[in-house]
Amino acid sequence: MLDIRAVTKSYGTRKVLTDVSFTVGDGRMTGFVGANGAGKTTTMRIILGVLSPDSGTVLIDGVPVTASDRRRFGYMPEERGLYPKMKVAEQLVYLARLHGLSPASARRNTADLLERLGLDARAGDTVESLSLGNQQRAQIAAALVHDPEFLVLDEPFSGLDPLAVEVVMSVLAGFAAQGAPVLFSSHQLDIVERLCDDLIIIADGEIRANGSRDALREQHSSPRFEIRTAGDTGWIRSQPGITVIDVNGASTGDSNFAVFEAETDAASQAVLHHAITLGAVHTFSQQRPTLATIFKEVIA
Amino acid sequence: MSTATSPAHTAPTFAQSVWLVSNREISARLRSKSFLIATGILLLISMASVIVGSIASQNTSLTKVAVVGTAISVVEQTEAFDIVQADTAEVAEALVRDGTVDAAVVPSTNADSRLGITVIALDSAPNDVLGTLSVSPELEILEPAEQDGFLAYLVAIGFGIIFLMSATTFGATIAQSVVEEKQTRIVEILMSTISVRALLAGKVLGNSLMAFAQIVSIGLLVSIGLAVTGQRVLLGDVGPAIVWFVVFFAFGFVLLAALYAATASMVSRQEDVGSATSPVLFLVMIPYFMVIFFNDNPLVLAIMSYVPFSAPVGMPVRIFLGQAEWWEPVLSLAVLALATMVVILIGSRIYSNALLRMGARVSLRDALHK
Repeated sequence: MLDIRAVTKSYGTRKVLTDVSFTVGDGRMTGFVGANGAGKTTTMRIILGVLSPDSGTVLIDGVPVTASDRRRFGYMPEERGLYPKMKVAEQLVYLARLHGLSPASARRNTADLLERLGLDARAGDTVESLSLGNQQRAQIAAALVHDPEFLVLDEPFSGLDPLAVEVVMSVLAGFAAQGAPVLFSSHQLDIVERLCDDLIIIADGEIRANGSRDALREQHSSPRFEIRTAGDTGWIRSQPGITVIDVNGASTGDSNFAVFEAETDAASQAVLHHAITLGAVHTFSQQRPTLATIFKEVIA
Repeated sequence: MSTATSPAHTAPTFAQSVWLVSNREISARLRSKSFLIATGILLLISMASVIVGSIASQNTSLTKVAVVGTAISVVEQTEAFDIVQADTAEVAEALVRDGTVDAAVVPSTNADSRLGITVIALDSAPNDVLGTLSVSPELEILEPAEQDGFLAYLVAIGFGIIFLMSATTFGATIAQSVVEEKQTRIVEILMSTISVRALLAGKVLGNSLMAFAQIVSIGLLVSIGLAVTGQRVLLGDVGPAIVWFVVFFAFGFVLLAALYAATASMVSRQEDVGSATSPVLFLVMIPYFMVIFFNDNPLVLAIMSYVPFSAPVGMPVRIFLGQAEWWEPVLSLAVLALATMVVILIGSRIYSNALLRMGARVSLRDALHK
């Protein structure tokens, strides 16, 4: 478990992080979301030891992280870069060895990873000769090649085509499934929404929301429901404890819908019960806010 | 892939990290065409200068003179001429006219002649012949120069050029490789993996090893060349100076390499490398020009041989000229080593402070104080 505790950082007089605390649990895909300049990259650089905080600590399982611990991290910086004139495989072997792998396991991991990322055919090419998307895959390979026990990825999906996004998502999910804490930032909220277990929202250098994705949704959900039925939905207006927001009463085709707010869970369940006695119910759901909605709400 | 106890992660020591980084630098250099071409040219120039020197020295063959009758005893004494015997003064004159000989020496027809010989030449006085046959007063030189002035000039310039070329070639290479890492941002991955000091040390070590290998191969090539072309006398004179040059270069280059790395780390784009490192280039040029202009000035050479930036050129030249006491190179080397250590300390501070600052050039003050 990765624990960031009360981290504060200023550049000169400008305060970029204020008392930032959060945890990245073992095996949890943790999305790190914030506007440009909110402090995501600075936080990640501090976790990796590239920058040192003015105050606060980074802990692994309760123990402050040391330089040699950091070799067990896989890091993908936001600003991408590998040696342009070095061959892909050679570069990955070099990085793996800098992290302390033996030459043999460095080569084995490189070959494995290139195959998984669909780059094995380009192993002998220089990085500069790769297409942008392939350079991005090579960059991801660079973060993973040394069998990291923690992953910190700054915008791992930016610049990837949809196919590559799927590949990378599955690779990252595989890491988390084996118990590695994974922290990644992204501007693509839809991807974060699909991928993350936990969510951290940062704005102006402060953590605004922090918790499991589902709990956050719950927290920001309104007691608003939507129902689609075969029959008319006008009767809902007369249900007790229900305020109808919207309804198309007239039978337009075979799907009528209503949106209503329920005072209690029982009231909403009563609507469902009654609807079933009247005919087919196509959908009945609580309206969940999208991540984009929560994000806007939280940083406002 | 990831396990809680991963035996693969045995954190490499500082030395191992340095070694990995320096190996990458070396293989990157060996793969660069421009590096291989530049090295080839430098080696060719060194080889050519030895061969040209050898041809020039062979051309100083003995002057041919025709000798008639009793004059031969005078000419033979000097052992400085290739003698062609002629029967009469007329035959000798004909030999001069058709260019077979440079001059003729015949018995003098003038009874008052002190030497009893006459020198016959075609169109101008043959100074070498006259000089040799003249009677000179006794000469006593109080402090004989150990080396011929022209040779000293050549050796001084030779050291100067080799130092200048190697230092600028590898200095620029280090500077470019620092900015390449900064510009491509791989530096962030490197910094999250190994210490900044290990990164800097590896860069300096790798490039210094390459520069050193280049200098040693030039030294060997020149030595072998001198031996093969029969210029053994010269080799005996230059040999110790070459050895000292290689030793001084090893330290002097590490100092320059640290300076190049530190100054380059203050900029983020290859286009700015030139202007950022120009103060260092200036430091490299100074010994080169000083040695050209002042190789006959013992005082300036003595100062040069102790100033860390010019010592790698100044001290070997003084050793060659026989101006240095045995302890002087040792003392100068100690000064140089100390200066190198100080520069490495300051340089690594600038380097680690400037490395993550992108965009505009980092001012020296910011880089030193963070």
